[in-house]
Amino acid sequence: MKKYKASTISLIAVLIGFLLASLLLLVTGRNPVNMFIAILRAMIGFDLTHPEKGVNILYPLNWLLNSMPVILTGLSVAFAYRTGMFNIGGEGQFIVGALACTFVAFYVPLPAGIHTVACVLAGGLAGALWAFLPGFLKAMRNINEVVICIMLNYTALYLNTFMIRNVLPININTLHETVKFPETVSLGSLNFGTASKFNWGFVFVIIALLLYWFIIEKTSFGFSLRATGFNKEGARYAGMSTTKNTVLSMMIAGAFVGVAGAIVTIGVYGYGRIFDAFDNYGFDGISVALIGACKTSGILFGGLLIGLLKSATTTLQRMGMTKSITNLIQACILILIAIQYGIVLVLNMINSKKDKKVKEDA
Amino acid sequence: MTYAIEMLNITKDFPGIRANDDITLQVEKNTIHALLGENGAGKSTLMSILFGMYQPTSGIIKVNGKEVKITDPNIANDLGIGMVHQHFKLIDSFTVTENIILGKEPKTKFGTVDIKGAEKRVAELSEQYGLKVDPKALIQDIGVGMQQRVEILKMLYRDSDILIFDEPTAVLTPQEIEELMEIMRNLIKEGKTILLITHKLKEIKAVADTFTVLRKGKCIGTYKVADVDETQMAEMMVGRAVSFTTEKTEAEPGETVLDIRNLCVKDVKGLDAVKNFSLSVRAGEIVGLAGIDGNGQTELVYALTGMVKPESGSVILKGVDITNASIREHYDAGMAHVPEDRHKHGLILDFLLKENLVIHSYDRIPFAERGVLQKGEINTYADRLIEEFDVRSGEGRESLTRDMSGGNQQKAIIAREMDRGADLLLVVQPTRGLDVGAIENIHKRIVSERDQGKAVLLVSLELDEIMNLSDRIAVIHDGELTGIVERKDTNENELGLMMSGALKKEAAQA
Repeated sequence: MKKYKASTISLIAVLIGFLLASLLLLVTGRNPVNMFIAILRAMIGFDLTHPEKGVNILYPLNWLLNSMPVILTGLSVAFAYRTGMFNIGGEGQFIVGALACTFVAFYVPLPAGIHTVACVLAGGLAGALWAFLPGFLKAMRNINEVVICIMLNYTALYLNTFMIRNVLPININTLHETVKFPETVSLGSLNFGTASKFNWGFVFVIIALLLYWFIIEKTSFGFSLRATGFNKEGARYAGMSTTKNTVLSMMIAGAFVGVAGAIVTIGVYGYGRIFDAFDNYGFDGISVALIGACKTSGILFGGLLIGLLKSATTTLQRMGMTKSITNLIQACILILIAIQYGIVLVLNMINSKKDKKVKEDA
Repeated sequence: MTYAIEMLNITKDFPGIRANDDITLQVEKNTIHALLGENGAGKSTLMSILFGMYQPTSGIIKVNGKEVKITDPNIANDLGIGMVHQHFKLIDSFTVTENIILGKEPKTKFGTVDIKGAEKRVAELSEQYGLKVDPKALIQDIGVGMQQRVEILKMLYRDSDILIFDEPTAVLTPQEIEELMEIMRNLIKEGKTILLITHKLKEIKAVADTFTVLRKGKCIGTYKVADVDETQMAEMMVGRAVSFTTEKTEAEPGETVLDIRNLCVKDVKGLDAVKNFSLSVRAGEIVGLAGIDGNGQTELVYALTGMVKPESGSVILKGVDITNASIREHYDAGMAHVPEDRHKHGLILDFLLKENLVIHSYDRIPFAERGVLQKGEINTYADRLIEEFDVRSGEGRESLTRDMSGGNQQKAIIAREMDRGADLLLVVQPTRGLDVGAIENIHKRIVSERDQGKAVLLVSLELDEIMNLSDRIAVIHDGELTGIVERKDTNENELGLMMSGALKKEAAQA
């Protein structure tokens, strides 16, 4: 059996995902070309049906804005995964990150700039603490982190609602969010004259990407995390503290999501809000990590892809297609990556046929 | 003369390497034919070709005289060829029968799996070939020897007539090996043909009729077992003269390095596995611990290395009590350890070779400074060890450990552990699954460590190995020490009795 690069598998999965979605559109009597037009528009802001309008920079900005949190949650899932754990608690960590950020915004008065950074760091810290419990229970008692994470997702959801209703300064007009953050808390605006909410939060995303790469690939700590992820018993035998690694890795994973919670809260909303349901950033992180095969560049790519699908939904709707089509594409890609051995098998069959051809020709 | 399998003039090229070079293998029907060769000689490639995993670059395959094209493993199965892999492919939580029928389940008239019928069939087959397997037992509850017999039954259930055994004795105890030989003879009596892949010469002598030797991808020749002795076989396989006994001088033991006092250890089930065990190892001597598998050796080693905490007793290393120290503190105190299970404990298989070579010291100077790995230092160090210990692999230090051969994986572990400069070398089953060339090399290394004044505790299930290397021999039975004897004053017979618990020698501790 030949081996294939993870990126080859991911690209094939993405291609087939789009192909399947096109087929479905075709079957339901819509023109799949429109889907690609919509996605191209969401990507670079160029409308093929109205080429005279030129490029609208709003779209690429929104694409990047949508990619920011999913890159972070992707890093989180990947980080835990490299240590042999599954962080499905992203939703909860996201919400507590947002909540902690809101607290610092209202109750820790600081000068502008520093205040924002403090809010983001508070979000990261809260995410880390929220992930501590599943990591700790896994390390000490070998309790499945998935179950604990899922339970903590709901705990965070209702804790946030309680805090905003009872503790934080609620907006009496809506009773569904806090009042506006003080002006010292802002990620600025990089909208180039458009209505986009794209902001300086992307700096945190780039720092997170670099940190992930540096910790995992370059440090001795990352070395022991990877050893633990590949073979826990072997790592223990080599004298590594697998319990410490398990807890720390979950906490770092949680911190990535907590930061995402904070930058979305500051950059997009500017106030603390009650979550009626999960935002799905945590779950999208699983897709991103899988598409990116837990590699830094892969996560960047996966995050941009999922971000694109998210930002294309409105355009799709406007062109008469259900927004669920993006969920469908995402689902197809995931299933294909999950059955990647099937892809390898097909690739092998194609290659062996090619080999035969070459031989016969020779 | 009829042949069950004929592989004629097989050549297989991989990019940059010719794995099989014009190899001809003819296996006569109803005989045991051995395929002999060192790790990396091309045995696995040849078998993969027979099973349709690879296509030969040139050459033809005949089964029962008819030329066949085997393009995938299912075709091999249909032709009646079955294989018992070295690493069993069984599902632990399934019963024996469920494992056997997996992929070929018999159905009742309602379309459900006919487990009753299958159990009956398995019981019949087991009876017919003398396998003594309980069809209803769970795999996780039965021993390694029994699991192997389940693998054999799997093939018999599929009506395979040509059975290939890949290193079948690597994981077995001496008794189990005896039983397996008996089973093989039974299979031949019932009309089967066996192709035995091995590098254990004794076994070839014991059961095989003919053998073919491969060396570095080339076929050295096919011979009758009766015409050749073991020394000649080893020479053919390695390409030079091999000695089975390691040359060594009289031990000159110094002061006590390891002192085990009244150690009691429980196993995973909470039963007493090591009972009141005392033993000391001095600098400059090799103490062999002999015993039948499952008599507490594993638990003893776990306790000595800090993997499990002993119930009572103490372990003293160079005067320091390390009984309750962490694993890391054990290493720091001066212990090097070659573990029994190299895949589970000795290596991280998904790591690169160089990463495995620094697995204990990756976070210390010079391999890491302020928490950042020093790639250059790691590379230089890895290259030195690879060179010094002759660890062979496809891409040198950048090879994925999983892709390396078993012998070279073990060499990597030995290199790492011996280079650590520890005072005590705890070596467990150091040559399991290795070929004579590698065994000779590793044995020499162990003796040279002793000569440099290291204390060596050798735990092995191979009595030959214990007899060959040890200066003193301790015997464990049912978790208790049944005696310590000087190597020169004992023999296999006496040790055998002690291993079975029939004879106890008052521990004459030095």
